[in-house]
Order: sequence, then structure tokens, then C-alpha cells
Amino acid sequence: MKRRDFFKTTGATGLFILFRNYLEAAPQLVPTRPAGYPKDFNAYLRIGGDGRVGCFVGKVEMGQGNMTSLAMLAAEELDVPLERVDMLMGDTDLCPWDGGTGGSLSIWQFGPVLCGAAAEARAVLLQMAGEHLQVPVDQLEVKAGVVSVKGAQAKQVTYGQLVQGKRIERHIAEVKLKPVSAYMLVGTPAPRKDAQEMVLGAVRFTADQRMPGTLHACIVRPPAHGATLKSVDTSAAERMPGVRVLRDGNLVAVLHASPDQARKALGLVKATFEGPPPALDDVTIRRHLASKLASGKVSVQEGDLKAAEARAATPVEAEYFNAYVAHAALEPHAALAEWKDGRMTVWAGVQAPFPVKAQVAEALKLPAKQVRIITPHIGGAFGGKAAGPQAVEAARLALKAGAPVQVVWDRREEFFLDTFRPAAVVKIRSGLDPAGRIAFWDHAVSGTSDREAEIGYEIPAKRVSSTGDGGDLGTTVSGLHPFPTGAWRAPGANTNVFARESHMDLLAARAHVDPLAFRLRHLTDKRVIRVLEAAAERFGWVAGATPSGRGVGVACGAWRGTLVAAMAEVAVDKKTGQVRVKRVVLAQDMGVVINPDGARQQMEGAITMGIGYALSEGIRFKDGRILDENFDTYQIPRFSWIPVIDTVLVPNPDLQAQGCGEPPIVCMGAVIANAIHDAVGVRVFELPMTPERVLEAIKKG
Amino acid sequence: MEQTILFTLNGKAMHLTADPQRMLVWVLRDDLGHTGTKVGCGAGLCGACTVLVDDEPTLSCSTPLADVVGRSVVTIEGLAKDGILHPVQQAFQEHNAFQCGYCTPGMILRACALLKKKPRATRAEILEHMEGNLCRCGAHVRIVAAIEAAGKSMGGAL
Ligand code: FES
Ligand code: FES
Repeated sequence: MKRRDFFKTTGATGLFILFRNYLEAAPQLVPTRPAGYPKDFNAYLRIGGDGRVGCFVGKVEMGQGNMTSLAMLAAEELDVPLERVDMLMGDTDLCPWDGGTGGSLSIWQFGPVLCGAAAEARAVLLQMAGEHLQVPVDQLEVKAGVVSVKGAQAKQVTYGQLVQGKRIERHIAEVKLKPVSAYMLVGTPAPRKDAQEMVLGAVRFTADQRMPGTLHACIVRPPAHGATLKSVDTSAAERMPGVRVLRDGNLVAVLHASPDQARKALGLVKATFEGPPPALDDVTIRRHLASKLASGKVSVQEGDLKAAEARAATPVEAEYFNAYVAHAALEPHAALAEWKDGRMTVWAGVQAPFPVKAQVAEALKLPAKQVRIITPHIGGAFGGKAAGPQAVEAARLALKAGAPVQVVWDRREEFFLDTFRPAAVVKIRSGLDPAGRIAFWDHAVSGTSDREAEIGYEIPAKRVSSTGDGGDLGTTVSGLHPFPTGAWRAPGANTNVFARESHMDLLAARAHVDPLAFRLRHLTDKRVIRVLEAAAERFGWVAGATPSGRGVGVACGAWRGTLVAAMAEVAVDKKTGQVRVKRVVLAQDMGVVINPDGARQQMEGAITMGIGYALSEGIRFKDGRILDENFDTYQIPRFSWIPVIDTVLVPNPDLQAQGCGEPPIVCMGAVIANAIHDAVGVRVFELPMTPERVLEAIKKG
Repeated sequence: MEQTILFTLNGKAMHLTADPQRMLVWVLRDDLGHTGTKVGCGAGLCGACTVLVDDEPTLSCSTPLADVVGRSVVTIEGLAKDGILHPVQQAFQEHNAFQCGYCTPGMILRACALLKKKPRATRAEILEHMEGNLCRCGAHVRIVAAIEAAGKSMGGAL
């Protein structure tokens, strides 16, 4: 829906119910309100005179379907049809503050806040209906936004009639959320609210936004990391008709009314750069990171590692590695900035509009209230649009240009400026006791954080240490990486689960025990056990020691409160090293499931994306240059790669809804590595498991 | 080097003055306001910019305007007729065959080209035909299911 229509339908004419602070009224219902969410619940919900519900949400829609699942929560709690809920998301003028969309937190973190607002709204409306119909509230019921007297349906009033023409300010001290058992809408598969616009091509992403007189800006970029601008000659570009050149410090841009002409003009700019390139390349990075393993910060220390190791048989030690991985969302970074009447408005595809607002204000030295960020639909982000450098660039240029400025990165800029998922080395030292149980476990990781190093296997002595904390969340850890790194779908977890679950199979093979049974032997957590059993049942797991030659593998993990088990079947071409993933079963316990179809979509997507980092994706770089500049050399999963996918939602209605978009990806490296090992009897310790690496492993035996 | 260029866009005659060497996608998006056609890679490597030229799927980021002179171009905006979705659009909607939706216009148009020629396309033929169109969100399984369903509704059912 267009913003204009939104106001039409939610009646932004003052017919709103105003709510007081729900959180103060019933704090027990929202145990973990993240700091910063506004206390005033008017911020989240408005009910128009026409009975439509407007939901104002600082989160953004980037393909994960939260526009629909959040609307479902509001509709459920208010007892209105889903079609009657309008969502307005990611606009810093109109929506309540939000820290950003990512980490699979939309539902887990924000869901209860929205439900609370909706529950109080419903209670206030019922109170008003009671007065209007002159019956006690406990004799009322609500269906589809119509309040009626139980047993006397004719006595009724709609939400819209109740609020007509009035501005109501009420506060209800005791508000109860609907029990999950009473849910009618939540838990049923719902189509995406934006489906029709999607198939019509009518969704306007940031690059599709237009403003009369817009200039498209292309920015002069260094060829390599570590290089800074020394001199620039823009005279040839300036001779092109319609071209303007703007310079703001290090930011040099050519602008034109057409994006392709601006790009052409950029090609005429002669710039020189200076500065020593980083010494590391995609090969030497591994030893570099490994050299820091010993200096990691210890985060887990249980039992006596030395004593346990002494009791164990031969230790099993292995080093795992994963390359830098690009986000490679299909939509490039884009922003459109307009400076008007002393305010800077920036349309930008960013995951965190409020933090980006602060970023833009700071860059322009403006008070924050003079900046507005509006986030249209985002064409995929995966952590790569957490910050908003393009919003800052567009805003800086718009201020100088005296015209709206649009910045859209090309694919080369995408790869060069990406905050990659960090490369990392994990070293695990472990061993079995004489009974075939794991005696100790020492997990050291360098390059990324220790997130998900542990799943809670019962091991008497363990230690976890890491050097990279923050590197996978966008903080630069000095000297660790040659360029910026950042959050990438389930930060840290993909690395650590790959190593941990590969290593579990090493030990299972050493113990001559079926890998699934070996895991179960070390688990007591019922939720993990249940997802593993659910996956095994759907997969038709046949117990046996690995390698069996069948090419099957298992792995499990946890992320954001969600438990995941994956099983895969692969075929390996022993002559070429080519791996084909034939089938993946993924079972997931994510607590209450808001939209089962949406959850399955996320699982399917994560499996597919996971195959990419497992088999083909690794950034090549040298002398500060990113050698992969487009999808010709950087291969992401294609149609022919897609396995048969089977998703299992393990019910757990007693647990609040947990994360959904990220958890299903964390097992993909390990489950494929384990299946490859089961197929050909050799293990690949490096991601991506390219044909060359698989072949090399086969040759080594 | 601007020239008068004539072609048909979504059934309407177009008459513009433009440099024939400019790539079609920019003209569609910026001169003609048809922003449904997306740019993903700008180099013929992702399929996001797919349009139909005389029913053939064509990468508009790598097709100079000169190449469409006198021909018929269909973009995502031209697929639904009188408010009725094309069967492929319908099937994509019913199967939720998208996540972020950025690849969707290109996917739909490429699928249309296949089904027009071959409504009974097999799964293997669908995969092969769609191989060049990328989807980072991983909506592939649903896209394939939607194309199969659309093929059936377009008369491909056995
Ligand atoms: S934008 Fe044309 S193929 Fe990618
Ligand atoms: S749905 Fe996002 S790229 Fe395909």
C-alpha cells in the first residue's frame, strides 16, 4: 500500500484511540522490553473511524514477512480480520523508535510489545462498548471488530462506531494477553499482505522511488581497501552534457539526471589513490587468524580440562576454516535524499532506520529532529544493510546539490563495500573416555565471536575462547580483518556450528557410533532431542556408523531460542569433487509459530542460502582488492542446485515465539560436510567446500 | 547521437528521442517510469532485469535500445490485463513464491516466456530455463511450484 492510501484508510483525521502506558499497567506481561521502546502505546496503534487498524512499526520488511506476521499478532489480539490491519513500517517520523531489524528479533522482541498495545486497545474498546450498550463488560464478546452482547447478537457496536469523532484517552490497569490456546489466526498459514503488489511489480524499492528533479550520483571509489584519494581529475566527466561534479571532503561524486549517464561520466573521472594495501590475501588470512587463537578471551570454563584430557584416549584435534562470505542481496544499497524546508528526508533500504537517522544527523551536523528516514521494502539484507552508508552519502550530496539525490550502488560497489561475514578459524581439541563418551572439549575461535560454540552437550570439562567478538556484529577488531566485517544471518553461529558439528561426527566415527545416536548420548535438553528425533523420523534416518557410503549427514544447533536439526543427503562426484545436495530435512522448534507458511519460507530460504556458503561462496582478495566483483565468479545457489526440501515445525505452544529467519541456516555447513564424509569417507575442514577442496581431500584420502 | 526510436511497450506504441546505445533498462525505469524492471548486477548475470522482447526473455541491462526498435517489449507492468493477473502472476501469489520480491518481476517474465511456448514444460525444463535468474532469498522451491501450477492452469495439464 502506498503511504497516501494508508492515511486514507486508517483515517489520519484524529479519530484515534489513545492509550497510556501499557507496560506500566501490566509489566508482568512484557518481561523483556528492550530499552528504548517508547512507553506510550499510542505510538504503535491507531484505530480509525472506519474500523481499520493502523500499526506503526519501526521494524522493516526485507523479505522475511514480518509485515504479515506482526499484522497477524495485532489482528489476533484485537479480534479484527487480518485484511483490516494496515502496516506502516520503518518511518522515523511516524513509527515508534526501534533499534533495528535483524537477529531474528522482530517477533521475539517486538511481538509482545505490539500484543500488549493491542490487548489494551481491545480492553478499552470493550469498556466503551459496555457503557454504550449498557451491559457489563463480561457479557460482551468481539468478532471481527464488532462488539456484541453474548446471547443477544442484535445489541452490537463496531470498533469504528465506538471511536467515531472522538478522541479517547483511557487507561486500563489490568490487561491480559490472549492465551495461545485461544488463538484463531496466529498459527494458521497466512498469505503475505504484500503478495499482490509483489507479483504486479508494484512494490517500490528504494531505487524505484522518484522525486522530480532527482540527480543520480555515482561516487568515486578506491580500487582497494587501504587506499585513500590522492588526486582527482573530473574535467572530462564535466564536459559531458548534464553532468555535475560535487565534492564533500573525500566524497567525490558525478551526478546526472539519468543513472546510466552518471555511471558513464564516472568512467571518465581520473583519480589516483595512495596508501599501503593490507598484506593479507584469501590464502594467508587463514594462518593469520590461526596465529591469534591462543590469545582469545575465555568465555566458558567448566571442569578440569587437563585432568579430563589425561583420562581420555588419543585426543582428536582439528582446525576448521571458513572464508569471507558476501551478503549479496539482489537489491543493491540505495538511498534517495531530499533537503527541503530545513529537513533532510532520506528514503533508504536500511535495516535500522532509527540508528541511521542518528548517523545521518551526525554526518550533516543537524539536530536529529531535522532528519527523517523512510524505509521502503528492502530487497534482501541478511545483515548487510545494518548500517546506512549510502543514506549518509545521498544526504551529504543532497545538501550540496540543492536537488534530491539518489545513490544506488552497482554490483562492484556491493562487493567492495560489503561488510562480509568474517573469515574464521576454529580449533577444537577433544577426546573420548574409555566408555566412548566425550571427556573434554576445547573450542577456540579466531575471527568471529563464540556465539553458538556450545549447544549444551553433556561434557564434563570444556572451554570456549574467541578473539573475534564484535567482528561479526560490525565492530572493527583491530588487526584481525583486512576490511570491515559485520553481521551475516546468524552471526558467529554458522562458523561455530560448522566446526562443532563436524567435530561431533569426527568423534562419532572414532567411537564407531551412529552420529545421531552419538549426539543423543550427550544430550539432556528435551527440545534438542525432540528436533533431532523429528528430523530423523521425516528423513527416515537409518542408524549406522559413518562413513556408510550413503552420503547422509546430521547436525543440530540453536539460535535465538530456536532449536534446529538438519539432515542431508548428498552425491559426490569422485572425479570432479562436485557435490550435489539431493535432499535436506530441517526440523525446528521455534516456540509459538505465528505464520507457519512464513516460517517454512524462511526455512527453505535459509537452506538454500546455506548451500551457498557451504559449497561455493568465499570472497577472493589480494592487495586490498576484492577480486569477486559480480555473480560470474561469486556463485550463489541457482535453480539446479536446489535439493528436495522438507521442513518440519516441531510444535511447542508453551514457549513464546522465538527467532525464525536465522536459525535454520546455522547447520548447513556441518550437515553437508558430514554428508560428504559419509559419502566418500573424507572430511573437508574448509568452507566453502569447492570441488577443488573436495577433490584434494579425496586424493589425500 | 540521439535518434527517434519506435517500439511497442506493453501494447502501446512508444516514440522517443534517445541515444540508441543506452541500455533498455534505464530507459524503461527512468525515462518511462516502469520501475517494475529491476537491476541486480547490471552485467547480464542475475536476470532481475528480464523483460520480454517479442516474447523472448531478454536481459534489459545488456540490451541497447537499438535492439528493440520496431519490436514489442513487455514488462511486468504489462502482464495483468484489465485488473486480472496473468496465470503466472496468480500462481506466484498463491504459492508465496517470493520473499523480498526483488527477483520476482524477472522470474515471472522469464517463466511466462517458457510457458507460452511450452505449457507442459517438465520440472527439468523449468530448472534449465530459469537457471540464469538469481534469487538470494531462496524462494526457488516455491517459484518452481508456481511455474508448474501456472503451466497447468494455462492448459498444460495432461
Ligand atoms: S541486472 Fe540485468 S542481468 Fe542482472
Ligand atoms: S525473493 Fe529476494 S531475491 Fe528472490
